Amino acid sequence: MPDVTKTADAAVVATPSVDAPAPQAKPEKPRSLWGDAWRDLRRNPYFIVSSVLIFFLLLIAAFPGMFTSASPTAGDLVKHYIGKPELSKIGSEGWLGYDIQGRSVYARLIYGTRASIIVGICVTAIVTVLGGIVGMIAGYFGGWVDALLSRITDIFFGIPFLLGAMVVLQAFTERTVMVVVFALAFLGWTQMARVMRGAVITVKQADYVHAAKALGAGTTRILFRHILPNAMAPVIVVATIALGGYISAEATLSYLGLGFAAPTVSWGLDISAGVQAIRTSQHILLYPSIMLSLTVLAFIMLGEAVRNALDPKLR
Amino acid sequence: MADLSKNDEAVAAALDVPVQRGEPILQVRNLQKHFPLTQGILFKKQVGAVKAVDGVSFDLYQGETLGIVGESGCGKSTVAKLLMNLERATAGEVFYKGQDITKLSGRALKAVRRNIQMVFQDPYTSLNPRMTVGDIIGETFDIHPEVAPKGERRRKVQELLDVVGLNPEYINRYPHQFSGGQRQRIGIARGLALNPEIIICDEPVSALDVSVQAQVINLMEKLQDEFNLSYIFIAHDLSIVRHISDRVGVMYLGKLAEIGTDSEIYDHPTHPYTQALLSAVPVPDPQARANRDRIILTGDVPSPANPPSGCRFRTRCWKAQEKCSTEMPVLAIPERFRGQDTLAAHESACHFAEERDVVHAS
Amino acid sequence: MSTIDKTASVPAPRASGEHNGPLLEVKDLHVEFHTRDGVAKAVNGVNYSVDAGETLAVLGESGSGKSVTAQAIMGILDMPPGKIPQGEILFRGEDMLKMADEDRRKIRGRKIAMIFQDALSSLNPVLTVGYQLGEMFRVHQGMSKKDAQRKAIELMDKVKIPAAKARVSDYPHQFSGGMRQRIMIAMALALEPDLIIADEPTTALDVTVQAQVMDLLAELQREYNMGLILITHDLGVVADVADKIAVMYAGRIVEQAPVHELYARPAHPYTRGLLDSIPRLDQKGQELYAIKGLPPNLLKVPSGCAFNPRCPKATDLCRTEIPALVPVTEQDGADLPGRKSACHFWKETIHG
Repeated sequence: MPDVTKTADAAVVATPSVDAPAPQAKPEKPRSLWGDAWRDLRRNPYFIVSSVLIFFLLLIAAFPGMFTSASPTAGDLVKHYIGKPELSKIGSEGWLGYDIQGRSVYARLIYGTRASIIVGICVTAIVTVLGGIVGMIAGYFGGWVDALLSRITDIFFGIPFLLGAMVVLQAFTERTVMVVVFALAFLGWTQMARVMRGAVITVKQADYVHAAKALGAGTTRILFRHILPNAMAPVIVVATIALGGYISAEATLSYLGLGFAAPTVSWGLDISAGVQAIRTSQHILLYPSIMLSLTVLAFIMLGEAVRNALDPKLR
Repeated sequence: MADLSKNDEAVAAALDVPVQRGEPILQVRNLQKHFPLTQGILFKKQVGAVKAVDGVSFDLYQGETLGIVGESGCGKSTVAKLLMNLERATAGEVFYKGQDITKLSGRALKAVRRNIQMVFQDPYTSLNPRMTVGDIIGETFDIHPEVAPKGERRRKVQELLDVVGLNPEYINRYPHQFSGGQRQRIGIARGLALNPEIIICDEPVSALDVSVQAQVINLMEKLQDEFNLSYIFIAHDLSIVRHISDRVGVMYLGKLAEIGTDSEIYDHPTHPYTQALLSAVPVPDPQARANRDRIILTGDVPSPANPPSGCRFRTRCWKAQEKCSTEMPVLAIPERFRGQDTLAAHESACHFAEERDVVHAS
Repeated sequence: MSTIDKTASVPAPRASGEHNGPLLEVKDLHVEFHTRDGVAKAVNGVNYSVDAGETLAVLGESGSGKSVTAQAIMGILDMPPGKIPQGEILFRGEDMLKMADEDRRKIRGRKIAMIFQDALSSLNPVLTVGYQLGEMFRVHQGMSKKDAQRKAIELMDKVKIPAAKARVSDYPHQFSGGMRQRIMIAMALALEPDLIIADEPTTALDVTVQAQVMDLLAELQREYNMGLILITHDLGVVADVADKIAVMYAGRIVEQAPVHELYARPAHPYTRGLLDSIPRLDQKGQELYAIKGLPPNLLKVPSGCAFNPRCPKATDLCRTEIPALVPVTEQDGADLPGRKSACHFWKETIHG
């Protein structure tokens, strides 16, 4: 990795303007495809913007106390009546106003981040691993294994995503983070399975896979050394974009009263509460919505940037 | 189970016996590969078969190069895959040192793989783009640890790079940092790593630039002498095949049409397909071109799913008669040349075999 | 080249039928690509011309710039990353690079047509062959659907597709490779262009089919008196049909000659090396001659003559000074019409 970064730096320095002559014969260093993609990513403004945003979101989720000293749950009904935002007092408890119960909207945004990010990351992780395994097995072994797994995938795929999650959630009385994660992952894996299956089928036909077989390589080696590393790219892209989707799905479920419930702080719950006060205090709805959109946007932008960097057609 | 692995070991031991120069090392007998054509999604029903390889027999002698030529779809690449056991044969046998390898699996198959290796056509897809050159070649030692002890692997990989004419310092580079010719050298180094006896080359230079083709061909000839290799050289370029091969087999629609030494096939072809094929080769010499006998075939190669009855070439052959559609010609020395001291007396699957020189300007 | 005078490069009137110079003339064309690794100089000052009825073969390996030049002529270069910093492409004396897009589009397809290597990916898989052939007439000439269909069948007959009437409503994948290439040729011919650019038209085909397609192309060219630019890497194909040959290396033309002369007496070490490195069909040779080294990396083309690192004759002069493409003469100074070489030592190469 240090080698790659060094090369990247050299190239950035060497091509300040488009009309500059080709860089002088620099010694060619090992450059992996991942390294090349990383070099591309670093120069993509979308990547920079989205990764800065995501970095802050992760920081907020991990250490909400760093950003506000106010409590998201302690409500002071008196403040409800004076609850309009005072945007000039950036970062203070009341700068984004107070909600109906007199809780700081800002504090709730900060503390709500954690639920969204955890749901997004956990669901994506589970879905990628589970769907990835199913897709890889179906794509690699083909035949009846593929027929069986693909039909099962299709059955799950046929159930509307949110509807399925709602049904699952109804079965639980206590809706902890893990329950919500389970509900979303229950149907979410099908998308990954399909992407992975397609990628594996493409890679499986490559000559280097035949070459490994001709050398006598076993199934495990072929799958993990040859197929997986080359089939990962589309899965990574879809997973990144889907992460944003899961966050918004969680908000939707919470909004509908099926996701998180009261003591948990969640943007979905706040949006739901905000709708009730839409006539008088629009800010209660506005800020959680902006936060949610920004988060989803950040992940979609990141996914797009990664797609451009990994797409072999642009190479 | 114990019995089986003992059997495997016996097979492995038998494969270590060297073969004398000029003795057959690989004997292919009536090799067939039919790809089933199915209908239906869940309950598949076979409605036919693509007869990619349909009864091919030949011998490969130790130390020689056997060229196999033919147009796309004639089954020559499938033959390579069958010999490598990358596809399972539908019928027929491949004897390697007297052992039928088409039905082997497990340890015995792995032992065979040490001795039969392959060089692929497209150097751009035959190397894993996410592995370094060192890993690509070194992987062979991970799979067959007995070939090189762990501490020596890196040195061995560098040695191999040196043997194929690449800078050993390139060991940590990735395939996309090399040109096509260099990549093919890496592919050859991988094929050589296990010190095999036979290398099957499937169009090894057709994806390369003209000026680089000669380098790779020369390298392959040098390596053959150095490591005492036997080659099966599959290609569609007839000039290159003549250059490198001791014997040549011509394939058409899954069958061998004609087989013989290079001079027998190129200077004394007796099968009309071979003659047409040779006469169609563009020759980089406008002078000679004008004086050459040219046969321009009409039509295209028929589908291997539904090959013509009798002789498969009859639909495009100018000599075809009634007999050709009813009787399949066998690959043998034609009767009229049998016992004669002429280069035309070699195996040819044609009812009306006759000599015709299409290569040399008249 | 030298026959063109100043007035010819002044935009000629629309109906430029009276233009006397070559049909197409490329002058000092440069093309570069801006990639993340730097600027790749794909074409570095190419000059060539084609007359009506003449076949120019552009011979070169991958990265020689032969296809890029053709794409620049057709105006189908991807820009960016491609860029044409200088040069002229004169069609009947008119510089196509300075034309309005609208005028250029009128030339493309109607006056200059192109045939690609991969016929399958050049045809739309969801439209019938007849529809795609007829489209040319409907779009360019406003023909009715029925007339266009009739024309399509006529064209398919022309390129000798058997049972054209029955096959006109088949889809591209129902045809074999050779037949698809014929359809591509039919499409290029549809509007009876003055010039056809064929980029490796037979490379993807089998030898027995190759011969059929090349013969067809040559026959149609004679019939319509078209100019033909044949781009290929195959010295054999070139020998068959070309009138004159331009050999390209690293974005430059290194040698130009009438076809027979080139094969008999190459005047550039690269051409000579190429000819020597091809195995012969009619005799079993010894070890092949191999040009050493690798094709040039366009990001860092060697200084001086681009071929110098691979050339057996290279001297210090070759490493510093770019050789110009100069006329080649006989030993006694007699003219060799049409012959040029970009080698400092062409005399030694051709006569030595």
